[in-house]
Amino acid sequence: MNGIVAYGTYLPYFRLDRKAIGDALGGGGGKGSRTVASYDEDTTSMGVEAARATLRGAPKLAPAAVYFATADPAYLDKTNATAIHAALALDDSAMAFDMVGSIRSGAGAMRAAIDAGRPTLAVISDIRTGLPGGGDEREGGDAAVAFLLADGDANTPVLAEHVASASASAEFLERWRIPGDAASRQWEERFGEHAYVPLADAAITSALKQAGATAGELAALIVAGPHGRANKRAQAAVGAKPEATADDLTGTVGNTGAAHAGLLLADALDRAQAGDLIAVVSLADGCDVTIWRATAALPSHRQKVPVAAQAASGGKVAYATFLTWRGLLKREPPRRPDPQAPAAPPSFRAEAWKFGFTGSRCQACGTRALPPARVCMKCHAVDKMTPERMADVPATIATYTVDRLAYSLSPPVVVGVLDFEGGGRFTCELTDVDPKAVKIGDRVELTFRRPMTAHGVHNYFWKARPMRGA
Amino acid sequence: MASNGIRDRVAIVGMGCTSFGEHWDQSVSDLLVESSQAALNSANVPIDMVDAFWLGTLFSGQSGLTLSRPLKLNYKPVSRLENYCATGSEAFRNACYAVASGAYDVAMAIGVEKLKDSGISGLPSIGAPEDGTRAGLTAPATFSLLAPAYCKKFGVDEGAFKEAMTRIAWKNHKNGALNPRAQFRKEVAKDVIACSPQVAGALGIFDCSGVSDGSAAAVIVRAEDAYKYTDKPLFVKALSFIAGPATGPIDPDYDYTTFPEVVASATDAYAQAGIKDARAELAMAEVHDCFTPTELVLMEDLGFAQRGTGWKEVLNGTFDLEGELAVNPDGGLKSFGHPIGASGLRMLFEAWLQLRGEAGKRQIASVARGRKLALTHNLGGAPGECVSFVSVVGSERS
Repeated sequence: MNGIVAYGTYLPYFRLDRKAIGDALGGGGGKGSRTVASYDEDTTSMGVEAARATLRGAPKLAPAAVYFATADPAYLDKTNATAIHAALALDDSAMAFDMVGSIRSGAGAMRAAIDAGRPTLAVISDIRTGLPGGGDEREGGDAAVAFLLADGDANTPVLAEHVASASASAEFLERWRIPGDAASRQWEERFGEHAYVPLADAAITSALKQAGATAGELAALIVAGPHGRANKRAQAAVGAKPEATADDLTGTVGNTGAAHAGLLLADALDRAQAGDLIAVVSLADGCDVTIWRATAALPSHRQKVPVAAQAASGGKVAYATFLTWRGLLKREPPRRPDPQAPAAPPSFRAEAWKFGFTGSRCQACGTRALPPARVCMKCHAVDKMTPERMADVPATIATYTVDRLAYSLSPPVVVGVLDFEGGGRFTCELTDVDPKAVKIGDRVELTFRRPMTAHGVHNYFWKARPMRGA
Repeated sequence: MASNGIRDRVAIVGMGCTSFGEHWDQSVSDLLVESSQAALNSANVPIDMVDAFWLGTLFSGQSGLTLSRPLKLNYKPVSRLENYCATGSEAFRNACYAVASGAYDVAMAIGVEKLKDSGISGLPSIGAPEDGTRAGLTAPATFSLLAPAYCKKFGVDEGAFKEAMTRIAWKNHKNGALNPRAQFRKEVAKDVIACSPQVAGALGIFDCSGVSDGSAAAVIVRAEDAYKYTDKPLFVKALSFIAGPATGPIDPDYDYTTFPEVVASATDAYAQAGIKDARAELAMAEVHDCFTPTELVLMEDLGFAQRGTGWKEVLNGTFDLEGELAVNPDGGLKSFGHPIGASGLRMLFEAWLQLRGEAGKRQIASVARGRKLALTHNLGGAPGECVSFVSVVGSERS
């Protein structure tokens, strides 16, 4: 049986109240909130977080491939999926490919993983915004989601069986962006509606026919895409039961672009019962439909923190800070040395440490070293180390400081001296944190981030964030 | 294996020190000419009589040419070295060893740094290309880690600790106000210090040393030759330099209330000098007050105060100019700023003045009462990962 054996979602910590946009710009903010990727996040780092949440659900199955999809890739030319592959410490033999640049690439990564014939991790991540005051800024949202597709076995059972897939492709100019532009452009809204509705009808009809099901049998019907009105028209046209349509999260999270169909599927899996049929309709430059059937294994293997709980948590970000983070408000830099970009050869040599947070443990005396060392700090044994991945080991704040001088897009910088459970100490930046609330003894967990970009090089590394509610 | 030391084998017979500050009108070369000339004049030695030179600078030049070019040295050996913030002291230490070894009769140690040409605040960044995984803390942030750790370990109220920090800054500025060479020559009120803008952790602007340009130099000869040059030489009693394993930031056993490197270098230096009770025997100490909590912790690491009591001793005035043991009588890094390569020799210059009774308004009374030893101390790096230097000099050969 081919299907989803694990899934996980990541919503960044910060929320922008839409009202704050209206307050700053004099009207037009709207209701609710949207998620906001922090200054130290990008689609790659968020993808890592969603993938980590997913792989926690399938500890016995290593993916043989990673497909990464986003409309907002951190790099062009260079593959972004390799950073995710490294951060997950996957075997070198596992493939890592990008499918980037368009919203539809999310549906493509999912379909490719379904068809892969090997355990494949589809990671879909997006950061959405537009020019200040516009609808894309207001209605967009940032999120990442990942699904592990495999045949399933007793250790790693299928949670949602793949039942049917159908697509309808078409070329038309509805939403587009020239590489490098800060915002998308969109044709007149009614035109998109006209183009999408028949495509949706064709793909949905075909998928239901393959599944041997009627619209009335769908327990959940998900329609996602960049065109809100087309989504609503397509949803209504299917003829599913009213209760099959759940909250589309646009009020609390926003429309998360390439990630949105996956995010809503994860939300449905958080609640679905064995036997439920779930149809996912993605409307982006055509229509891609997938129908899933929840299995008996699902209720005991859901992701740890459901989408609804993730959506309900988080902290506020001010509108000016949001604009600064997205590069739309250029702020005066401090009179400090320019940040130094990481160099390629040292980063290459340190891949397991920098991306995988793999330290070492002395075989002679058991002392852990972060970063990995050749000589033990306690017993001075030389080259008696074994690698030890520490990315999922919780830590406690031994001491900390608030650095108001260090350069950051989000000052002040909070730095913690972390003592890890089972040994090992490392000093690193804290993130998603209120400087006034940090205390010695607080528990923290690691999160993969992009601390800075200098001279066109993204620096990826780990930070620590407060362990919340878990 | 032992640290044998070179007690009383070499002597300082001349010193020079520029004023420290924002020397917009003086180049690195100008500063080097000025301090070297002052040291040579003080020793009554023509430059041709100096056999070898050790130049300390971290950012302001590379190679011996940084010194030989401005001084137009006639084909003499010049070593340029750095050892973080102990750079100036390291130049001195190596020059002393060269004379003690018999390799040279007369050596000069000279330090210089020109920080104000960079246009940024703090120190310029240096370093080899790296993988981007080190937490980018600023220097004040790393030293600010001392305050909460100390308070927690010894059960000290954070307000009382901050008061001790403030008093250190107040004391050093008070001393600096009496020093014509200092960058800042004004007393600063305690409430101004305490309420200064926050920099990192509990540190305000006035808890941090300044940034300045400066240079200082010393002429070193064999101890038996010392009185040929001056009737008031200073004899080198001890030189200790320690580089720690830098494990503090990765070792859960390190608690951020001490600099083990300082303890090790002080222990070594006291053994070399034959000092049993530093607080009772020293006339003064110049210590590395890069940030006020650093000086507080140093009082304990150097053995001037019992563990957990340094803050009280500070508040009681033990280390004031008129106190039991004057610490940073010249005003310290707080009043001078910290031109890296020059600072260690600037500290030594104060020992030179004080032990010879030439410190004017800052003259320490205990020297007249017979105390003959002075200590200088440098620290480079951060808590848990630093280098430390301690010297002891004295006005009498034992």
